[in-house]
Amino acid sequence: MSDLRVTPLNALHRELGAKMVPFAGYDMPVQYPAGVMKEHLHCRARAGLFDVSHMGQVILRAPGGYPEVARAMEALVPVDLVGLGEMRQRYGFFTNAAGGILDDLMLANRGDHMFVVVNAACKAEDGAHMRAALPGVAVEEITDRALLALQGPAAEAVLAALVPGVAAMRFMDVGIFASDFGELWISRSGYTGEDGYEISVSEAQAEPLARALLSNEAVQPIGLGARDSLRLEAGLCLYGHDIDTATTPVEASLSWAIQKVRRSGGDRAGGFPGAARILEELRNGAARLRVGLRPEGRAPMRDGTPLFAAETGGAAVGHVTSGGFGPTIEAPMSMGYVPRDLATTGTELFGEVRGKRLPLRVVKLPFTPANFKR
Amino acid sequence: MKFTEEHEWLRVEGDLVIVGITEHASEQLGDVVFVELPAIGRAVTKDDEVVVIESVKAASDILAPLDGEIVEVNEVLADEPGKVNEDPMGDAWFFKIKPADMAQLDDYMDEAAYQKYIG
Repeated sequence: MSDLRVTPLNALHRELGAKMVPFAGYDMPVQYPAGVMKEHLHCRARAGLFDVSHMGQVILRAPGGYPEVARAMEALVPVDLVGLGEMRQRYGFFTNAAGGILDDLMLANRGDHMFVVVNAACKAEDGAHMRAALPGVAVEEITDRALLALQGPAAEAVLAALVPGVAAMRFMDVGIFASDFGELWISRSGYTGEDGYEISVSEAQAEPLARALLSNEAVQPIGLGARDSLRLEAGLCLYGHDIDTATTPVEASLSWAIQKVRRSGGDRAGGFPGAARILEELRNGAARLRVGLRPEGRAPMRDGTPLFAAETGGAAVGHVTSGGFGPTIEAPMSMGYVPRDLATTGTELFGEVRGKRLPLRVVKLPFTPANFKR
Repeated sequence: MKFTEEHEWLRVEGDLVIVGITEHASEQLGDVVFVELPAIGRAVTKDDEVVVIESVKAASDILAPLDGEIVEVNEVLADEPGKVNEDPMGDAWFFKIKPADMAQLDDYMDEAAYQKYIG
């Protein structure tokens, strides 16, 4: 317990009756008294407030401003960063020499610099990685700001009541706003499949802002439990489970995040770690793919469940990397990796749960339609 | 009513014992989304895994608290697993067992002892 770090909202979580658990070195709320199921449904129906202050916020600067940082970062991230519009954000990942994924992250063009948000569990390694690989780029980890996410169909109305400018933002826009809570760094994004915002706020103003948002009757606090079921229903990857150093972006069905300009034949093709393998897989397909899976019964098939092509015999063809129950779809749901010839929508597979092989089907992701304001 | 250290409650009904999980256990589990019940007629030995409960968080088992035979199961739970959270001490019982030896019940805690046990 003494080794755990706390976010600026720790006392508020406790006051709200949260059950706290260790997560990525932080003491974090896994659920509030409402429980995972109600929190999940509330977020899809109204708005949910998440503390994601454990995630890493990093500013990257270079003498040549954003364009110089973008060119440098393209050597680590197989995404079009040079072409990213001002005050726009993009999803990407750090790759390794084998084409695996070191971390996934959000990258924003903030005019004269780049702002990135990385996973809590990877932030120390990410910082070291950028410092070592980006000579001439100043890497500044922001440790005096909290990060809140406000997600759900009511998010716009709730946040616009405090910060009117956010109503005009589109999905993946970023902005810097003056407010009663000091300067807020806001993106219209999130990780639930819902419309919403991520809000970076000074440590000192984090709790007042959280209280102001929670004072709106549309908003409930949401813990890590529902954050996980929301992102899984939205078909989004959890680093360390669905993606890791042993999965390539193409295997992970994240090819959409690699723009044409970074692919074979593009103006800035390759030039990132693992490019040989990743570009080859983009041309010819990967041997295995991440797919959505719907168990036919009610039993959830969780992380690690082995997958088989037939009800009896044969070796496992893959395994589940995330699985649980989807409160919105009212059914179990999983994601996992299977060989390419078994990755077609509708393919019947079997997951072994407690020694029994139970049927499940390959389905399109997401499980619930995205509700972004494009 | 008797209680086990695994947070089951046992209620005698004639020559049968009804088994469920306590309010405390249902809170700890979180929202229950799946229940797998044993076959009626199954002969069980104390500590056999007889029920699987999956919550939004994890899978867990209910162990047979006594030697005996499963004579009835609460089929409603297969379709409405959420009842385990709504009424764990009442409607959401799991199974009825015909014990080989009612005296095995004496090993378990009474309510006062259980309340002390969960602190």
